[in-house]
Amino acid sequence: MTTPILELRDIHVRFATLDGAVEAVRGVSFSIRRGETVAVVGESGSGKSQIMMGVMGLLAQNGRITGIAEFHGMNLIGLPRRALNRIRGERIAMIFQEPMTSLDPLFPIGAQLIEPLCHHQGLSRKAAHARAIELLQLVQIPEPERRMAAYPHELSGGQRQRVMIAMAISNNPELLIADEPTTALDVTIQAEILTLLRDLQERLGMAILFITHDLHVVRRIADRVVVMRRGEKVEEGPVETVFATPQNAYTRALIDAEPEGRKPPVALDAPVVLEVRDAAVTFGRRRRLFQPAEPGFRAVNGLSLTLRRGETIGIVGESGSGKSTLARAILRLLPATGTIRLHGRAIEDLAPRALLPLRRDMQVVMQDPFGSLSPRMTAGQIVAEGLLVHHPAMSAAERDRAAAEALTECQFDPALRNRYPHEFSGGQRQRIAIARALVLKPSIIVLDEPTSALDRQVQKQIVDLLRRLQAEHGLSYLFISHDLAVVRALSDRIMVLKSGELVEAGPCAEVIGAPKQDYTRRLVQAALLG
Amino acid sequence: MTETAPLAPGRSLWSDAWARLRANRAASLSALYLLLMALCCGIGPFVVPNDYTTIHQSYTKVPPRLSAYPTPEMIGPALDQVAKRARVEIRDWHETGGEITATLTAPRGVDDRAARYFDRSDLFDGATITPGAEVTTATLTARVERKWFLFGTDANGRDLLARTLVAGRVSLAIGLMAGLVAVVIGVLYGATSGFIGGKVDEAMMRVVDILYSLPFIFFVIMLVVFFGRNFLLTFLAVGAVMWLDMARIVRGQTLALKRLEFVQAAEALGVSRAGILRRHILPNLLGPVIIYMTLLVPTVIIMESFLSYLGLGVQEPMSSWGVLISQGAKNIPHANWLLAFPALFLISTLFALNFIGDGLRDALDPRDR
Amino acid sequence: MTRFILRRLLTAIPTLFLIVTISFFLMRVAPGGPFNQEKGLNPAVIENLNRVYQLDQPLWSQYLHYLSNLLHGDLGPSYTRPDFTVTEMFATALPISIQIGTLALLLALTIGSVLGIIAALNQNRGLDYLVVATATAGSTIPTFVIAPLYQLTFALSLSLVPVAGWGGGALVNKIGPVLTLMLPQLAVVARLMRGAMIEALRAHHIRTCRAMGLSEVSVVCRHALRSAVMPVISYAGPAAASLLTGSVIVETIFGIPGIGRYFVEAALARDYTVVMGTVVVLAAFTILFNLIVDLLYAIVDPRVRHD
Repeated sequence: MTTPILELRDIHVRFATLDGAVEAVRGVSFSIRRGETVAVVGESGSGKSQIMMGVMGLLAQNGRITGIAEFHGMNLIGLPRRALNRIRGERIAMIFQEPMTSLDPLFPIGAQLIEPLCHHQGLSRKAAHARAIELLQLVQIPEPERRMAAYPHELSGGQRQRVMIAMAISNNPELLIADEPTTALDVTIQAEILTLLRDLQERLGMAILFITHDLHVVRRIADRVVVMRRGEKVEEGPVETVFATPQNAYTRALIDAEPEGRKPPVALDAPVVLEVRDAAVTFGRRRRLFQPAEPGFRAVNGLSLTLRRGETIGIVGESGSGKSTLARAILRLLPATGTIRLHGRAIEDLAPRALLPLRRDMQVVMQDPFGSLSPRMTAGQIVAEGLLVHHPAMSAAERDRAAAEALTECQFDPALRNRYPHEFSGGQRQRIAIARALVLKPSIIVLDEPTSALDRQVQKQIVDLLRRLQAEHGLSYLFISHDLAVVRALSDRIMVLKSGELVEAGPCAEVIGAPKQDYTRRLVQAALLG
Repeated sequence: MTETAPLAPGRSLWSDAWARLRANRAASLSALYLLLMALCCGIGPFVVPNDYTTIHQSYTKVPPRLSAYPTPEMIGPALDQVAKRARVEIRDWHETGGEITATLTAPRGVDDRAARYFDRSDLFDGATITPGAEVTTATLTARVERKWFLFGTDANGRDLLARTLVAGRVSLAIGLMAGLVAVVIGVLYGATSGFIGGKVDEAMMRVVDILYSLPFIFFVIMLVVFFGRNFLLTFLAVGAVMWLDMARIVRGQTLALKRLEFVQAAEALGVSRAGILRRHILPNLLGPVIIYMTLLVPTVIIMESFLSYLGLGVQEPMSSWGVLISQGAKNIPHANWLLAFPALFLISTLFALNFIGDGLRDALDPRDR
Repeated sequence: MTRFILRRLLTAIPTLFLIVTISFFLMRVAPGGPFNQEKGLNPAVIENLNRVYQLDQPLWSQYLHYLSNLLHGDLGPSYTRPDFTVTEMFATALPISIQIGTLALLLALTIGSVLGIIAALNQNRGLDYLVVATATAGSTIPTFVIAPLYQLTFALSLSLVPVAGWGGGALVNKIGPVLTLMLPQLAVVARLMRGAMIEALRAHHIRTCRAMGLSEVSVVCRHALRSAVMPVISYAGPAAASLLTGSVIVETIFGIPGIGRYFVEAALARDYTVVMGTVVVLAAFTILFNLIVDLLYAIVDPRVRHD
């Protein structure tokens, strides 16, 4: 067994905050050997990212790291910046989660690739330029010569992450730290990036420290895994061993957090509650003086669906597929063409006043548990707001009682309803959002990525909650998600969208089990279900 | 079952901000200072020894003094001066315990009415003349009138302390008033523009752009010319000119808020436009508006003093800090207190406002810490 | 790029037209006129003067007359200085204001930026507090307090510089006006730069630069500065327009024959043509500098070019 290239011993990371010191990492030790891939896994807030940020000297201003991080026998912690800069980017490189913001928006990517090459290897600009093109080829960017002059905003998220990787490997580092490098990307692109990283590792022989919350990724790429919880290491070992026989209860819970179960089918004669025909949404059409109108961009192009009582339709697609736009069109938050029938009544042309009583029947839960709750209203006020609109005759006490009941039903302690959204966790906020929809006793709830921003374990709880509510109230769901695992657990039928068009539709088991279209097959494979 | 559970109290963003603000020592001290300043300027003029309009002819440009005027050296020359006006001569005089006793002579005899001349002086009071042994002499007894000029007096002999406090009243009132006017117009305009959006927004912002290219000074001077000496109207008008930045800020915020999911969620609930504006947009606008307002008030105060400096502001005997500073600047080589005190008051107030503004920004926008 | 500039210059024409129109009528609605201020004049003389300057004609015809003259580049005669046309007055006054304004602006931008960067790099440490305190003082102490203090210390007590006057543009005469004009601007620039720099240093792409082991000089001066400079640029545009067209206060205190001083005198004396001329020049400058700001933005930020 080779000696470790990086050995961490008793690492502590503390942040000074207004409410006193917060210890994000408490005495974590592990090591990584040459050419090895180690994954550090944990949910948000487990401190998994802060360890390596600290070691690399990248902590926020109020953060401090203590302990020992020996890189080839040299302690990186407390190293002066000058000495650290001879290691960062040269022998240890790092890529980050945010491909959209991790590159400097004001410089062409060529210049950003060239700078570290000149700085660390002392290459001439010309030699660095040639090497940068090579690197872009290596990370499979098409037309690398032309791309050198492109700015980050002209590239897609996946391409930006490739550029980041090219930059990171430019000086042949011994260790690459990858901090959630695929989290912000679509599943198919995630798979490509992972393949690329494994490929590069084989070719360059570097070690990879992979920080992630996604166990699929761990199983796919890592040799060893370190499980973290609340700033502490709870388990460490070879991937196969840990997955097969987890020693720690928390690790077991993490592995079991995969959404399970399938939805029982609805009766064939269940009444149709919602019918959409040829829905289309066009953005950016402008009427111009003396010129023909601009055609605009079709975000949703002629989609139809029929939703029955108690049924769930899963709408799947990657970013830009038009799935959220379709939801907003159905909710009439966006102007659209086509017909929308709610309980057989056409609503697409109704004036806001006439639409108002029907709105009660079709509610929405949105993705962002931080953005979808008004920050200056209490949980109780948020839930009760719909009652204010639809049952103006109710007294304040009655509204409050109804809100408390809805919250209880969503397994949210109603005693906390005087608190504000920022005092709650993501899962709790999503429960408030569900209670807000539920309090109006709708027959349809549009769920727009309701679990995407949540950790797996919380995700599972929300899925269970949604399932129970559906059974108890006979709700119909339009479930929008990019996550096939969750969709499979909840849906009767699935619609796969791409660029605003329908790719494939059918019963859940069929579409996932035996996809007919190439795109669906890639999606399923990337989501590791195939 | 739900009714019996004790309600856990919530900490709103406002109470968080309040706690942060109170923890900021510079801001709390500044707020205290400002309150004190407002109190002094509000009540002070009734308490201080002299009225701000009274002209003390015998005390022009006297320097600040903690003890009472007149100084012993001032009495002799002052007596001589009054005696000359009364056409009498003073042979000898002495002061005991605030009482002056002097022997007057006049070739044609001392008239009783000479006492009035002494009363009329700012230094003496209760003068009585008793005929002396000879016809041409008389004895004058008078009290020395004690006057306090803690900040000294101006070129006309008015008490600078009283004037500074009265001026502060004007300056603060103007700052607050014009600031309020600007905020009200700016918020209404900006929120409307941002909330309606589209073509209306474009047109409304175009108007703001054009007004921006108009020279600001020109605007204000025109307004002053229009409204003449009515300072209240003038500064409502100044406020009406200064709303442009506010409108832009509020519009930007409104546009950003409109895109947030909680506004869309409210729309999906069926909340009316008015309800969205009232419950979701306005409470979230309040932070930036408060911050901007604390920046606006000092700007208006400077603006006013600047106009007063040019002679376009408040008219005598009313004054503002700007007026006093302009007078002080003209007297700077030989009577520096005329500049020092008003400038000190103005600058310290501006400083305090600035610290409060910074504190509020930190408190309401904790991301910046 | 050329098309963008041309389009902007074309849209400036209606803006300028509107500004001229608003100012013209606003000023004329105000009570008083150029020749009934001086009490000594006898009514017949006033009538004659009004006729000579066509002030007896209906307002709309005066307006059209002014517009047509303006299109020919003629700003009209000055009513209070009968020997000069407004164009002639500006020909001497404007260069003086521009000289002082440019100096003050350049100094404020460079010194302010440097101070702001120093403060940002030492955030919440002694040096930072010093810069912030100085900047607060600079932006709160009004010009008309600083200027007399400057005169008292350097002119009256130390006799190093003249109290006031232009002195044909001698350097010693410029120091005071430039300093007093610069100080408040410098304070604003320093604060802006500090805030923007702190924000920029927190950006993800700066973290990338650090993770790549680039030198601190490159991180700060090449990457962070480039994004931090944006708010300073957008502030500098309007500031430049108002600085170059003269500061009323500074020119009054230091007795400098610049355009700002003429403007106030003219406004008080209802010298319509001079006031209008100043408004036109200032508005043109504002539009020009806004255009320059937009161009600079496009140069610094490729995303703006994209739109």
